[in-house]
Amino acid sequence: MIKNNTKIILLKVLIHLGALLPLVNLYFLAFNDQLGADPVETVIHFTGIGALNLLLMTLCVSPLAKIAKQGYLLQTRRVLGLYAYTYAVFHLLNFLAFEVQFDVKLFLSEVIKRPYITVGMLAFLLLTALAITSIDKLKRKMGKSWQRLHNTSYIIVLLVCVHFYWSVKSELTSPGLYFLMAIVLLLYRYKKIKGLVLKKFS
Amino acid sequence: MLIKSPKEYHLKDASVTEEKIYYQRRHLLKQMGFLGAGTLLSSAISQNASASFFSNDEKPTFKTTPLTYAQDKQNQTLTKTPEQKVISHNNFYEFGAKKNEPIELSQAFKVEPWKLTISGECDRPITLDYDDLTKMFPLEERIYRLRCVEAWSMVIPWIGFSLADLLKKVAPNSKAKYVAFETLYDPEQMPGQGNRRLGGGIHYPYVEGLRIDEAMNPLTLMSVGLYGKTLPPQNGAPIRLVVPWKYGFKSIKSIVGIKLIEHQPPTTWNQLAAKEYGFYANVNPEHDHPRWSQASERQITTGGLFTRNRIATLPFNGYSEEVAELYKGMDLSKYY
Repeated sequence: MIKNNTKIILLKVLIHLGALLPLVNLYFLAFNDQLGADPVETVIHFTGIGALNLLLMTLCVSPLAKIAKQGYLLQTRRVLGLYAYTYAVFHLLNFLAFEVQFDVKLFLSEVIKRPYITVGMLAFLLLTALAITSIDKLKRKMGKSWQRLHNTSYIIVLLVCVHFYWSVKSELTSPGLYFLMAIVLLLYRYKKIKGLVLKKFS
Repeated sequence: MLIKSPKEYHLKDASVTEEKIYYQRRHLLKQMGFLGAGTLLSSAISQNASASFFSNDEKPTFKTTPLTYAQDKQNQTLTKTPEQKVISHNNFYEFGAKKNEPIELSQAFKVEPWKLTISGECDRPITLDYDDLTKMFPLEERIYRLRCVEAWSMVIPWIGFSLADLLKKVAPNSKAKYVAFETLYDPEQMPGQGNRRLGGGIHYPYVEGLRIDEAMNPLTLMSVGLYGKTLPPQNGAPIRLVVPWKYGFKSIKSIVGIKLIEHQPPTTWNQLAAKEYGFYANVNPEHDHPRWSQASERQITTGGLFTRNRIATLPFNGYSEEVAELYKGMDLSKYY
């Protein structure tokens, strides 16, 4: 029987490799112009979808741990969440560096004028707050308000889905599927979320 | 005497990789010993996964044939988008809505036999067959800038003839105010037409239209080839429209029908989202797409991520001199 500790280490190694190797490969190919005719579009889409995938995986952890009765799984949640953030950082940097090519004026006007980018930016800022407060010391310091802050992950995942849905030209199947996955994960937390909403408005 | 005055879009090409070197890039990488690792990892992304690591099946490639044509002498100094990029980055939803899908899913496309019917408000309607497309008119090269509505662009050496020459042949009558175009409808050959996800949810067959004076403008090209050869299917074989001062979606591909009509015809993207895509769709840096700016564009030439290729978008894509007259007195923010 493998000890839980060993399982966690193995799982984390897998997560690190699974998240980092595709990124390294992506930029290696992109810098060498091996990523199709428009590497800019490819890196933006790849990191964006990657961030959403990781975000959904993060939200899968606690239901999985409960269903499988494997409490130690919860220890993979932070690393998954931080990789979701890492991908989001690359996604934003790709847009800034390769799409608008450091035209800061254009960048700001796009963030303000284009609703889908505004929504994406909002999600990114919230995610930044979660990433910063994932440090143990801060978590302890924040006490109960930490949980309240991290409950915004439910809002973030919806914002990201809206951002994706709004950004596509016509093909709505895949953003639709992502919406569905997010809704299923949120419905699983129906009682908790209902409690949060009621507390807020009573 | 020939006086050459450079146009505003004539770029200097000193900064761009020569095509010869571009095509050696894989070889250069291999020499550096990087390719091994790159190949192993690339399956995760499989951008160009035509041949997988485990199968040696060579997929059939569509056969293009060299054409005889008169060179475009005026625009040879333009930095062209490499042929490999022109034929592998396509918006042709009939063969998949992702840009790398058309080259994958179109290679078995049959262009022979082909029928292109020109009919409607004219005295001598005709039907062209496959051979007529390249033989009825003398072919010429036209190096045009292509501006996609998604804010990227290419420079492509098309081969073809003026639509005006074709229309004169059928003798349009006085009721011919518009020209409507239609793409082949054949879900068996065009998988996007039979599959909503693959086809991006647009209505098929794809239809487009021009005002008669736009259609008769000498810039408006019926293209049968690019880079000296007949068109590959992903670029709209065997015959497509090229309207260089309008966004790319106006340049309808694989055309089977051209009809002269009295009233403005419906057009595919306009039907899907009228606020985003107008009938005119003239390239206009002043009129933004509701979801992104049209003031500048990324010009796809050679080079990877670090190529600084964002350039200002020009009114009518740089062809104002030839076409601005057509829209005199029109409010271009209303007729976008």
